[in-house]
Amino acid sequence: MPTTFTLNGKKTTIDADPETPLLWVIRDDLKLTGTKFGCGAALCGACTVHLDGEAVRSCQIQARDVEGRDVTTIEGVTGNVAAAVRAAWIKLDVAQCGYCQSGQVMAAVGLLSQISKPTDQDIDKAMDGNICRCSTYHRIRAAIHEASTTLPG
Amino acid sequence: MNAPRLTGIFALPGETPQASRRSFLKIAGGAGAGLVLGMAIPLRGVSTGAIAAASETLQPNPFLQVAPDNTVTVIIKHLDKGQGAATGLATLVAEELDADWSQIKTEFAPADPVKYKNFAFGVQGVGGSTGLSNSYEQYRLAGATAKAMIVAAAAKDWGVPANEITVKAGVVSHGDKRATFGDLASKAAAENVPEKPALKDSKDFVYIGKSFPRVDGKAKTTGAAKFTIDHQFDGMLIATIARPPMFGATVKSFDANEAEKIKGIVKVLQVPQGIAVLATSTWAALQAQRAIKVTWDDSKAEKRSTSDIVAAYKAKLDTPGISARKDGDVEAGFKSAAKVVEVDFEFPYLAHAPMETMDCVIKYDGKSAEIWTGSQLQTVDHGTACAVLGLKPEAVQIHTVWAGGSFGRRAIADSHYVREACEIAKSYGKPVPIKVIWTREDDIKGGYYRPIYVHRIKAGLDKDGNIVSWLHRIVGQSIIAGTPFESGMVKDGIDATSVEGASTLPYAIPNLQVELHTEKTGVPVLWWRSVGATHTAHATEHMIDILAKESGRDPVDFRLAMLAKHPRHAGVLKLAAEKAGWLSGQPPDGKMRGIAVHESFASYVANAAEVSLRDDGSVKVERVVCAIDCGIAVNPDVVIAQVEGGLGYGLGAALKGAITMKGGVVEQSNFDDYDVLRISEMPKVEVYIVPSAQPPTGVGEPGTPVVAPAVANALLAGTNVRTNVLPMNKQKYKGQS
Ligand code: FES
Ligand code: FES
Repeated sequence: MPTTFTLNGKKTTIDADPETPLLWVIRDDLKLTGTKFGCGAALCGACTVHLDGEAVRSCQIQARDVEGRDVTTIEGVTGNVAAAVRAAWIKLDVAQCGYCQSGQVMAAVGLLSQISKPTDQDIDKAMDGNICRCSTYHRIRAAIHEASTTLPG
Repeated sequence: MNAPRLTGIFALPGETPQASRRSFLKIAGGAGAGLVLGMAIPLRGVSTGAIAAASETLQPNPFLQVAPDNTVTVIIKHLDKGQGAATGLATLVAEELDADWSQIKTEFAPADPVKYKNFAFGVQGVGGSTGLSNSYEQYRLAGATAKAMIVAAAAKDWGVPANEITVKAGVVSHGDKRATFGDLASKAAAENVPEKPALKDSKDFVYIGKSFPRVDGKAKTTGAAKFTIDHQFDGMLIATIARPPMFGATVKSFDANEAEKIKGIVKVLQVPQGIAVLATSTWAALQAQRAIKVTWDDSKAEKRSTSDIVAAYKAKLDTPGISARKDGDVEAGFKSAAKVVEVDFEFPYLAHAPMETMDCVIKYDGKSAEIWTGSQLQTVDHGTACAVLGLKPEAVQIHTVWAGGSFGRRAIADSHYVREACEIAKSYGKPVPIKVIWTREDDIKGGYYRPIYVHRIKAGLDKDGNIVSWLHRIVGQSIIAGTPFESGMVKDGIDATSVEGASTLPYAIPNLQVELHTEKTGVPVLWWRSVGATHTAHATEHMIDILAKESGRDPVDFRLAMLAKHPRHAGVLKLAAEKAGWLSGQPPDGKMRGIAVHESFASYVANAAEVSLRDDGSVKVERVVCAIDCGIAVNPDVVIAQVEGGLGYGLGAALKGAITMKGGVVEQSNFDDYDVLRISEMPKVEVYIVPSAQPPTGVGEPGTPVVAPAVANALLAGTNVRTNVLPMNKQKYKGQS
């Protein structure tokens, strides 16, 4: 059954089993591989995308649930918050293996879009579901604070 | 007798950087008059990017190319799984070439055990934190060689003496003459390859020792970095495998009826690893994996519970093992002691759980094969693929790609995940690309764990509180036995990786004995970031604090008094203590404080931890001050990042990491029941690097093992509870004092 939604600003129609997780629609059908598979069970955050501007786990959203909605992936996330997050990530050289970082960046953009000056507690709350096995957490926290300094309060 | 000391986890005898440096020079020198130094391009029609470069490209050795467009491509012989190998090796070339950092690109080398071997192993591969140390001279020489040829070409072109030419940030100049590397590349390619190009004096370094951005930083924030799982080809099938629930179980029969009804399923195959499903989409492959009904033959399977294994190991603690080190006479030492303290330790199985699960892409047409994977031991993976597919080495090409972590998991002596991809491709028999993926459940339940170990340390203190005798007995499974590394790394019954860190205890103790019992289980085990130190550092360093407490001594002073002959241990210990404020009084309000020091992979690390207890009694690590001595820090920021990350990796395991089995079945399956460190649990970390002119040593692993004993020592100081069983969430710390 065809599903139509907006992906990174473009109207997109796919013909996938309606129960297919959005993660695999994005990766397999739409060939955008920046969004990663880590657990398939909402436990790691590697698959984080924005659905109508909010950070969600794409492994838990079915294709049929995105009909008419707005999906943004790491490849398409833009705007001043995304730019600030990327700049801070690069400045502090956050990434190690990098596999989790698409999800981290999407989660951080989601957080800073809601709270432009997050506290450490805000960061813990928003980012605790995003595992980084390289344990770049120390720099993720610093980079979120760094990005927030460049955003209007 | 001391156990053999390792320069790397796969160190083979007779392979030293020195000897191999000569062979590199021979290769480089052998190029004679030309630039063509046969880069093997095994398969026709395969694009290897810059490797198949035009003849105007300067390519004096297998490690770099300078193209007319002024890019310098550094060929990275090691897998980069986050440790920064690409950045590190590129730095060495850029340094000696005097390139501009912006013109540097990197590309992974093809599998070639001669050109791209790791001098610590004798084959191509990386591990044991050897990535930079084994390449330090090799990649610098590669850069120096190219620079000498570029300068020679400019000298000829301009009719000036070569020694008057300067090279800086990618610009070659003499008086008012200027040229880029790109301008000179084709002329330089015609120059002789110098036999012994001079290397810079360390005081002239412009990159080494400075922090600057990683080569992969940007691609890893835009989703552009391509991992194995991201490879997609037309007509590609996705494969999953229904795997046995117990180690050693095999397929008796299976029923694929339900699975075959799933849309997109192309084929169900029996392979030695289980029942493989090939599908046109990942989702179909994942559903089918669950829908397959398999009856397993578990007659040869490991059916014990982990509690049975621990009990069997503990029973061995009462009998002497094979001696891994013997100084003096421990029994006489105990007789003379005023007090004897004995502590047993238990360490569980640990899964590596890298963020990217195991995966492998293969294209096989019956005559040749191409494989894309985050290969950590290219030579071993290559050999396995050739053997399974029955192909000659030149017919199999391995493309090493970025790996989403490894921590040891991708360095596998049996190449099992490359092997199964080859089995599936061979059995399917059609020339279509296949991507084999592991689910997280496959990963957590799939074995290749850090082995279970139990330890007993019995120590005698004299009346002044000095350690006069130390008997350390270790029981565990050998990581190396049964692998091709056995002949090089198991000596006189001692697997060096089982005892390293214990047999190398640096403290001056007159009577000291280390013994090993090597046990067998049906569970596949593997090196896990920092290998033997994952358990020996905790047992030894926590024991030292237990003894310091018995003696009423300060843990720092107690150690320093025994480290006169080990200044690098003492150096990091003092630095961490000083920076943590150890010397100037009590820990901050309500916090407990502990310290530990350990050497692994020839790098020295001390951690001072500040710890508190949450209301529910769980452990919260607030701050860790680290000091590291790793020789020259080629890129200090990468060193700091590795120490931060290594610490977090070790801390997650120390707090809550354990794989358990009941009746042979692994009880964990995903990140809910095998939980790992989260951002809210990451302490504040400060890293201090000891300035050094020594050659660089590893940084990927040495940061991992020291945090557990530092935290345990803080808890001992604050609650009087010993942490002799890991993980820490198995202990009750509350209510003690
Ligand atoms: S893959 Fe979706 S949360 Fe892990
Ligand atoms: S950078 Fe490797 S998992 Fe986060």
